[in-house]
Amino acid sequence: MSQSTPNASARNQTWDEFTEGLWRQNPVFVMMLGMCPTLAVTVSAVNALSMGLATAFVLVCSCALVSLMRKVVPKEVRIATYIVIIATFVTVVDYAIQMVSLALYDALGAFIQLIVVNCIILGRAEAHASKNPPWVASVNALGMGLGFTVGLFALGAVREILGAGSLFGISLFGADFQPWVVMVLPPGGFFVLGSWLLGFAWWEKRKQRLAGLQTPAERG
Amino acid sequence: MKNKPLHPGAAVEIRSAPHVKAPRSVEQIMRNVVYSLLPICGFFVFQYGISAAFSIVAITASCLATERFFVKTGTQSGSLSDFSATITGILLALTLPPGFPLWMGAVAGFIAIALGKALFGGIGFNVFNPALVGRAFVQAAFPVAIATYTPSFLPGRFGEFIPSSLAWPLMVPADTVAWLHAKQLDALSGATPLAKWKFDGILASAGELLSSMSGHMAVGPSPVLIILCGVYLALRRFMDWRIPLAIVGSAGLTAWILFAIDPHSYPNPFFMLFSGGLILGAVYMATDMATSPVTPGGMWVYGALIGLLTVLIRYYSGLPEGVMYAILLGNAATPLIERITQPTPFGKSGLLSPKRRATYPLHPEYISREEANAVTPKKKSFKPGKKS
Repeated sequence: MSQSTPNASARNQTWDEFTEGLWRQNPVFVMMLGMCPTLAVTVSAVNALSMGLATAFVLVCSCALVSLMRKVVPKEVRIATYIVIIATFVTVVDYAIQMVSLALYDALGAFIQLIVVNCIILGRAEAHASKNPPWVASVNALGMGLGFTVGLFALGAVREILGAGSLFGISLFGADFQPWVVMVLPPGGFFVLGSWLLGFAWWEKRKQRLAGLQTPAERG
Repeated sequence: MKNKPLHPGAAVEIRSAPHVKAPRSVEQIMRNVVYSLLPICGFFVFQYGISAAFSIVAITASCLATERFFVKTGTQSGSLSDFSATITGILLALTLPPGFPLWMGAVAGFIAIALGKALFGGIGFNVFNPALVGRAFVQAAFPVAIATYTPSFLPGRFGEFIPSSLAWPLMVPADTVAWLHAKQLDALSGATPLAKWKFDGILASAGELLSSMSGHMAVGPSPVLIILCGVYLALRRFMDWRIPLAIVGSAGLTAWILFAIDPHSYPNPFFMLFSGGLILGAVYMATDMATSPVTPGGMWVYGALIGLLTVLIRYYSGLPEGVMYAILLGNAATPLIERITQPTPFGKSGLLSPKRRATYPLHPEYISREEANAVTPKKKSFKPGKKS
């Protein structure tokens, strides 16, 4: 920010802002935000990926704009302002997806419009973008958006592989694959999300144990 | 003046009645349940041959391997030697079709222990019957395979697998209908009596169902045998007799009332009682100690609920069989049932004391761990113990 800051340190800070959403504060696996699209549209990898990218686009654009306007918007009407800004970009995404693929638009259904009320976007606008300069806010939003995309893709890939035996529509196991019907049903979303969270919790615990720390849950 | 003890060092143990010594451990109960399941397994193998035997072994092995993994990693209590995983495996195998692909059976066994038991903290902490959790998962995941039954007492069943058993992992099982055609049996003979009644309107006689011995019916082990094994358990007090009786009574009563109202569209109550998995579920699944109420009144309510739900699901839903979902719903209602059926403590009943029910709340750790941290309101008659 200031002139005296060394170049390497500035880059480190930017990298930190970027990786915050991508990994350390991942919206899906750590903050558990935006569960509604996470569970509903991750039936296939394509759906998950496009939903994630659409959300990332809205997130980056609206965070940048919110950050630019942070000194102009009165505190009392900020939420309304954020919503209008977010809704604008959601409309853009909505029409863009209709233009690119109507089948995808039908598959995602109302969840594109519902990006407006996605708590990641409003949360980031309120907690981060309204307090930081545009460059920092957009890098952070990009990290968050990509983190959300990665999370959705992790769910969508597992559900498509087990539920249809394919990834991005490409068959992996041949014609004789037995689809796990439950994986493309709503319960499958919960099962897969739970398994991922279990995996991350186990990983975290293992890291702490290797570092010689005792988690409070461990009773000797 | 000096109260010198007669035998220095000898501790005098003072206890309240009863003074009957009955060493009864979880292992002992579970071992006896396994013993009582052995004749039923034997009958199942006698009905369906080598496929049934491999199914039981594979599913039980999967349950035991999963249990061992979770016990070893220290994430759950219990041990492999308490036989609970063995019971889960055997019961799961008995509820699945004998020709169920072995890899799907292994998945069911893994889900049963991992999701049904280990996730809640191991033996005694599970909310739902683990075997039924496993079955519910494969019912949702592989609805076709789980509805594919084959007729019992086929010739050559001890030398030949049902072709669907040996499907490669993750692959679609072989078509049993074509296999039955080659044996000069029509496809309909592979349907369970309940499916035949529901979808084709063909009613099997209750007497045939009771013995499971006549013809090539696609049924599980004989209800008579299951009841005999259940009576053994009940007589040795390894199982509470109230729950099976309440389930059978409630299901029979509901079916009988409907039959009396309209005998043409509803089958007779005996068909309802002896078809499907009602008897097996009532005797072995619903009586799981961790998932059923402990109060005698609660047991009756619980059983009545399961029986009623079973008949309602069978009549009015798209599924031919409803025992599994009825028991799972009963499991879910168990804490609530216990809450409303608290026994009256001694001295609390009478004209002068208006409260006839126990005034203490349930032990906080009983419902959930989340509530265990909550502050419990202090009542006069409730002293929170620091043990457990």
